Amino acid sequence: MLLVTGLGLALLWAPEDADQGPSQRIFYIHVPVALTAYACFGWAAWKAFRLLWKGDERADLESYTAVHIGVIFGLLTLVTGSIWAKISWGVWWTWSERQLVLFLILFLFYSAYFMLRYSTEPGPRRARTSAVYALFGAVLLPVSFLAIRLANQLLHPAPLFNRDGPQMSASMFISFCVCLVAMLTLAGALYLIELTGKRVDARLRELRELLA
Amino acid sequence: MSTGEKYLAAAYLVLFAAVLLYVVLIALKVTRIERELTELARLAKERTGG
Repeated sequence: MLLVTGLGLALLWAPEDADQGPSQRIFYIHVPVALTAYACFGWAAWKAFRLLWKGDERADLESYTAVHIGVIFGLLTLVTGSIWAKISWGVWWTWSERQLVLFLILFLFYSAYFMLRYSTEPGPRRARTSAVYALFGAVLLPVSFLAIRLANQLLHPAPLFNRDGPQMSASMFISFCVCLVAMLTLAGALYLIELTGKRVDARLRELRELLA
Repeated sequence: MSTGEKYLAAAYLVLFAAVLLYVVLIALKVTRIERELTELARLAKERTGG
């Protein structure tokens, strides 16, 4: 419902941008999807930290699931960003924009998490190695996020939020906020479904071994 | 439909397709879990002689 409302507001209620025209409305999905990816990676790092600090074994699966959802949202960020870039800049991708390259590095870093995870045997060692890796990735989060603010703007738009508040009209800001909440809710729902699925799978495996 | 509108539609369709694909994958997973549970229940019944 939130997603439908958010997309409805973005497409029908928010005013059209004078410079970019209808393609600017990609902003209402591209930015929330990117922020959701950051949130997922941040959550994965927090769960990894809990595993290493408190030895909470459940946190391993939670961290893994958060990375899983984060990578999906990261891929969506890259795809929607490429579509927006093509219509705005005339290219699908440019290596001259630091923030794009940093986001790609972040995405590839977390994609490599799966290779690391599945190259070791299940158990406490794998859980700890994966947790250290997920936690290390958290260092890239502020770098990637702040790159948009610190980099010299060539093509990528300047951040729409600064010390003076949002640099957009009230209707645009409300539409953006609804889309962001919708995207975070969607990610939360997918995270819970995925986590439950993985836990059920683990229980089934145990049951199969008992009955074998 | 202008070029801008076509690209806008493409971006929204990507998101819609991703959500749809995820729902299909979850449905397949639930079906697999149900099948495995049925099989395990049958095995458990055989073990207990039920």
